[in-house]
Amino acid sequence: MNNIANNQREVVISATNLTKQFGDFIATNAISFEVYKGEIFGFLGANGAGKTTAMKMLCGLSTPSRGSATVAGFDVSTESEKIKKNIGYMSQKFSLYEDLTVTENIRFYAGIYGLSIPVIKEKTAALLQQLNMESQKNVLVKALPLGWKQKLAFSIAIIHDPAVVFLDEPTGGVDPITRREFWEMIYSAANRGTTAFVTTHYMDEAEYCNRISIMVDGKIEALGTPSDLKKEFNSATMDDVFLKLARNAKRIGD
Amino acid sequence: MIFAEQLTKSYRTKTEEVKALLSVDLNIPKGEMFGVIGPDGAGKTSLFRILTTLLLADSGTAVINGLDVVKDYAKIRQQIGYMPGRFSLYQDLTVEENLQFFATIFNTTIEENYSLIKDIYEQIAPFKDRRAGQLSGGMKQKLALSCALIHRPEVLFLDEPTTGVDAVSRKEFWQMLQKLKSDGLTILVSTPYMDEAEQCDRIALIQEGKILMNNTPENVKASFSDPLFAIRSNKMYQLLHDLRDDHLVQAAHIFGEDIHISSEVINQQVIIDALQAKGHTQIQLKQINPSIEDVFIKLLMHTESHEQHS
Repeated sequence: MNNIANNQREVVISATNLTKQFGDFIATNAISFEVYKGEIFGFLGANGAGKTTAMKMLCGLSTPSRGSATVAGFDVSTESEKIKKNIGYMSQKFSLYEDLTVTENIRFYAGIYGLSIPVIKEKTAALLQQLNMESQKNVLVKALPLGWKQKLAFSIAIIHDPAVVFLDEPTGGVDPITRREFWEMIYSAANRGTTAFVTTHYMDEAEYCNRISIMVDGKIEALGTPSDLKKEFNSATMDDVFLKLARNAKRIGD
Repeated sequence: MIFAEQLTKSYRTKTEEVKALLSVDLNIPKGEMFGVIGPDGAGKTSLFRILTTLLLADSGTAVINGLDVVKDYAKIRQQIGYMPGRFSLYQDLTVEENLQFFATIFNTTIEENYSLIKDIYEQIAPFKDRRAGQLSGGMKQKLALSCALIHRPEVLFLDEPTTGVDAVSRKEFWQMLQKLKSDGLTILVSTPYMDEAEQCDRIALIQEGKILMNNTPENVKASFSDPLFAIRSNKMYQLLHDLRDDHLVQAAHIFGEDIHISSEVINQQVIIDALQAKGHTQIQLKQINPSIEDVFIKLLMHTESHEQHS
């Protein structure tokens, strides 16, 4: 879904020749790109293309070997602690503590992000109301249906109004309606100015992004809106675009 | 080849009873590739476990290749191959050891049935001395498929074989399935992904333990009787709300770069005028053919649970 305002665009993520090398192996090879405020940016690649390594650097969890990047105005090499305070993270695999209740999870994460007790109370009430989960607030998270967990996890990931939220394969395995409800939440957050950085290898998730980059063997081989990429690669679907690029990959996905 | 009648299964937890399957009927002829399409928790895995004799249904019957899943479970196990959703090979055995192990269990050898798995196994053969736990997602799937085939089964059960696998491996995996189908195997495969459904001879859309529709992909799509349009404008998030709030259409759902809208009657000019009045520009509206996902959404919108929490 395209939602690009063409006036002045504030850069929220900027990478310049960002590189990570492990011994002889260059996992992420001099990638450069910019992501704008309120944009939903899809970060695609086959298994082993270097997505996870790149994302770890952008989250301040791994120091670049060469090149540079800023996230929310902070340098990933020298200001990683500040970056961590200004981003949210959610993945389908791990997001919430199953043995804590809904309210306890909210309180826990909000506390980690340094919100004050009155703010946490206020945010919790608003969040429960927005998700229509007031009656479930004392239920253990493990008892919730997957779709509810995902919506709750996303709401918690942005509870501190981060500049960027990183979403790692956020909607695998949920039904088509819950998936849409989830993406509507992402659009709503983007509309309020939060940038969403989405890594996925599912093309149907990619189609929901404003712009997409595709990594092959550590490099960004394509970047543009889904429509532009389909035109550029003369393909009817994003799946096709991806296959045309990724088929040339030399690396075995490991 | 696969026959099920009124299969029902529920699980009891401390607080509630969860209905995993509700009166499920299936009739899959020999040589068919049949897809079970539904989200996590829809009941797909329970169905697979009952049909593969690993779980007893509360009621109903199931027959595989003329054999009853309860009485004749031992015979059935010789004739079917099962690839569970969770990777279930021995992570600390090598690729070759895993294959050897499964061949031995079924009283056969790799050599005896190598022709069936040759195309698949050759792709992972360069890594035959690597431990299964060290393989990538795509290669694990290929090994698991090889192990499920090593005793030359007549029916193959694949529970979400491509979940977590990248697009290239996913495509290769489905090419292998098509090849196996052309060799005469009957295949029951489940997936949460609608694009894979297109490749099956017939599909069942399943949600909350119930089969909502069971037909060929073409007929499933043809069942969408209302006109369906894709629309976009310069302000997509606003567009979704304007379409819904002003009741311009009966249904509006985001669909990648577009919003899909449907109603019994769609007057394009009325919609365009209304949206222009709201300040939308670059409006593009075009009629499209429904996809399986469009049909699934429409069916789900009519089920009670979604009316409750949407």
